Amino acid sequence: MKERLVVVGNGMAGMRTVEELLKLAPDRYAITVFGAEPRVNYNRILLSPVLAGEKKFDDIVLNSEAWYAENGIALHTNKEVVRIDRAARKVVAKDGTEATYDRLLLATGSTPFMLPVPGATLPGVIAFRDMADVEAMLEASRTYQHAVVIGGGLLGLEAANGLMKQGMKVTVVHLPETLMERQLDTAAARMLRKELEARGLQFVLKGQTKEIIGKGRVQGVLLEDGRELTADLVVMAVGIRPNVTLAKSAGLYCERGVVVNDTMQSYDPRVYAIGECVQHRGQVYGLVAPLFEQAKVCANHLARIGIGRYEGSMTSTKLKVTGIDLFSAGDFTGNDTTEELVMQDASAGIYKKLVLANNRLHGAVLYGDTVDGAWYFQLMRDGTDVTDLRPRLLYGQAHLGNAGHGDIKTRVAAMPDNAEICGCNGVCKGTIVKAIADKKLFTLEDVRAHTKASSSCGSCTGLVEALLASTMGGDYSTATKKKPLCPCTEHTHDEIRTAIVGQKLKTIPDVFRGLGWKTADGCNKCRPALNFYLLTAWPGEYVDDNQSRFINERVHANIQKDGTYSVIPRIWGGETTPAELRSLAEIAERYKVPTVHITGGQRVDFLGVKKEVLPAIWGDLSKAGFVSGHAYGKAIRTVKTCVGQNWCRFGTQDSTTMGIELEKMAWGAWMPHKVKLAVSGCPRNCAEATIKDFGVVCVDSGYELHVGGNGGVKVRATDFLCAVKTPEDVLEYCAAFLQLYREEAHYLERTAPWVERVGLAYVKQKLAEDAPGRKALAERFYYAQRFSQVDPWARRAQGVDKHEFIPLKQIA
Amino acid sequence: MIDWIEIGRIEDIPRQGARVVRAPEGDIAVFRTQDDEVFALADRCPHKGGPLSQGIVHGKRVACPLHDWKIHLDTGLAVAPDEGCAASYPVKVLDGRVFLSLKVAARAPACATG
Repeated sequence: MKERLVVVGNGMAGMRTVEELLKLAPDRYAITVFGAEPRVNYNRILLSPVLAGEKKFDDIVLNSEAWYAENGIALHTNKEVVRIDRAARKVVAKDGTEATYDRLLLATGSTPFMLPVPGATLPGVIAFRDMADVEAMLEASRTYQHAVVIGGGLLGLEAANGLMKQGMKVTVVHLPETLMERQLDTAAARMLRKELEARGLQFVLKGQTKEIIGKGRVQGVLLEDGRELTADLVVMAVGIRPNVTLAKSAGLYCERGVVVNDTMQSYDPRVYAIGECVQHRGQVYGLVAPLFEQAKVCANHLARIGIGRYEGSMTSTKLKVTGIDLFSAGDFTGNDTTEELVMQDASAGIYKKLVLANNRLHGAVLYGDTVDGAWYFQLMRDGTDVTDLRPRLLYGQAHLGNAGHGDIKTRVAAMPDNAEICGCNGVCKGTIVKAIADKKLFTLEDVRAHTKASSSCGSCTGLVEALLASTMGGDYSTATKKKPLCPCTEHTHDEIRTAIVGQKLKTIPDVFRGLGWKTADGCNKCRPALNFYLLTAWPGEYVDDNQSRFINERVHANIQKDGTYSVIPRIWGGETTPAELRSLAEIAERYKVPTVHITGGQRVDFLGVKKEVLPAIWGDLSKAGFVSGHAYGKAIRTVKTCVGQNWCRFGTQDSTTMGIELEKMAWGAWMPHKVKLAVSGCPRNCAEATIKDFGVVCVDSGYELHVGGNGGVKVRATDFLCAVKTPEDVLEYCAAFLQLYREEAHYLERTAPWVERVGLAYVKQKLAEDAPGRKALAERFYYAQRFSQVDPWARRAQGVDKHEFIPLKQIA
Repeated sequence: MIDWIEIGRIEDIPRQGARVVRAPEGDIAVFRTQDDEVFALADRCPHKGGPLSQGIVHGKRVACPLHDWKIHLDTGLAVAPDEGCAASYPVKVLDGRVFLSLKVAARAPACATG
């Protein structure tokens, strides 16, 4: 017999939890849902566009009746639960309907706060909370002329805007001096008021409501200063309160909201609570993003997986008034310990304020140009060190030297539907917008799954997030605060790395058990990551799991579109000899290699080699003195050099020998992502060292070291790390840098985003300012290299992993 | 009546891996899951023809090495929301010996064969 789960509240929080639960444990519970409204679950955030006539109710339905039926959920709409009998474990609705539970989920949301002034209960005085309120407003707008909205916050302004669009004359009465004072600073609020006034709204600021007057129906609003405003409709939008009446009557501990712990349980462990009705770590939330995070955790515990924890959310807000772009997040008022970056262009209607503390972004207010809202929010959530971004931070992400992608970013909202957003998969803006609307997509992952946009190289992720935000409107948040490694786990990359070392987890199954993996044997995202983390944590001890490696690393060659492979032998420092070239030519001819290509990293690439032939061709290359170039792996790829002082009249050092020594030291190491090095013999930098992961630029006095460059998806010039005197120094710093990156970066994170995430200051501190620490890092790298500098090609030529290269059987 | 062809022993196929059988109708990928279940599919991803035998096997799915489509090993169908399927072939294991039939499973007539 199934356990019984009763959900009180048929809104976004409750149903999101049920959806998450069905994904994890579809058969665990018989589910019963009570809703006080006579409707299925709809997207409450989009009530404003419905009121403004931009959307219809059907457009905002999230779960249709069919969905409840398909999932075997008993739905009781229009039945407000009025009593919980915790001893008998049952709930009772107003009409007497009862349901017993093993687990109870309270998702009762919030109730609008109604000012307790005389006349507040007159007909024509309403709140702005549900579809019934919207219907009442639409109805009133057909018959009446004058509306007063009490409250100039987010909700009040959206209501006022909607009513104005429906043809009413609207006055907003707001108690504080500025609009949306909880989201906006004074300057942005003033710009907003001007814009709204230009559209026809009227404002009474510092306006205190004394009484609502009328006979039979509301006729006006009387203010404390004696002014009287004509009103046929009064909308109160002065705030919401967690709806705790039911929970309180059942004796559950409540403060402002139902008090819950990190697993979303109330003081009665059988009773969970989620959404706007809860108080978590002293905080109540009225936005959708935190509620989705809570739903994930709650569902996880209801499914008895029991590993997620909700640790609070950072929130951002957007105003859903068409044509007005406004974004705010975090602490934007600042204090003695913070700094402000401000940009204001009144005639262009643009205002941006960023609040920084310790070179990290703490808050943002954007008016008029909110394209970078998601980006700033990401920087806040990740606690990114923005020291290097500061001079350009206010101008947005597009001004960071993002060559090739530059301008489209700023103009996503203005882009035509046929503009290509995702260049890898050929996905246009219109396709993405349509998918978001039609399929009710909420997250970046959803959009990736349904449209493929940003699912390949990821360079358009920011654009897709901007599209999500502009299409969904509302409090869309780009992602949850904590990003799990993959859907198999709730844990982040960092948590997993810490646990591997801390709990001495030494195999992939150990990690699965120790960290409560949700799948039996992981997936193609987590297994390669874990394999790398284990390899880095336990060098010489961990046995590489071939089946958890991507094909290229499993067979030490690069798969091509037709299923053949490419073979790139290592050419140390890019310097070769006629004899080597002759052997390469002979081998290429012997195996009838269809294409021979010179790569950008100074290597020779044989393309179109059939898998069965690989061991033989490697054997011949091995005999000619070549080893694998690891051009297929998340590994040390190439060290590119120029000829340096041996030949060049400008050369200052022997850059070629330096490059060869670096390559001899570093080859064979597995890394979080591919790693490219270069050594240039003078600042003319012919080896392009300043777009490499680790670049050396020789100068007369020694060597300049540069880190975190990238010439791929997003061009990034390196950061200058420090200058050193000798080749030995270069080797030590390089080894230490590579080891720090191996030990701390996330799998599949290149050095460029890694350096940006942790901050150059951190890398400098670890490498340039802490000599013992640097030496220890380098030693760990050298130690690990003892086990990794074995040529994989030679071994396979001798018969290792033979099964990978021959068919199981030929059927004639 | 099914014609079973013996193709090898189960331990010839790595767990969470696959081997290829060369057949007149094209390559067939024979997979072995973590739980020692064995499945056979045409070795062509319904997306761009990628060799599924080279993908990472997890649960009862394989991730195509070319563009990361996920394919259900038991049906050959692409994991939603992607659409398409690779033909599925009957396969059985007796005393550790693996047998394959070249008759495409009837339920998926529209699937791409090798």
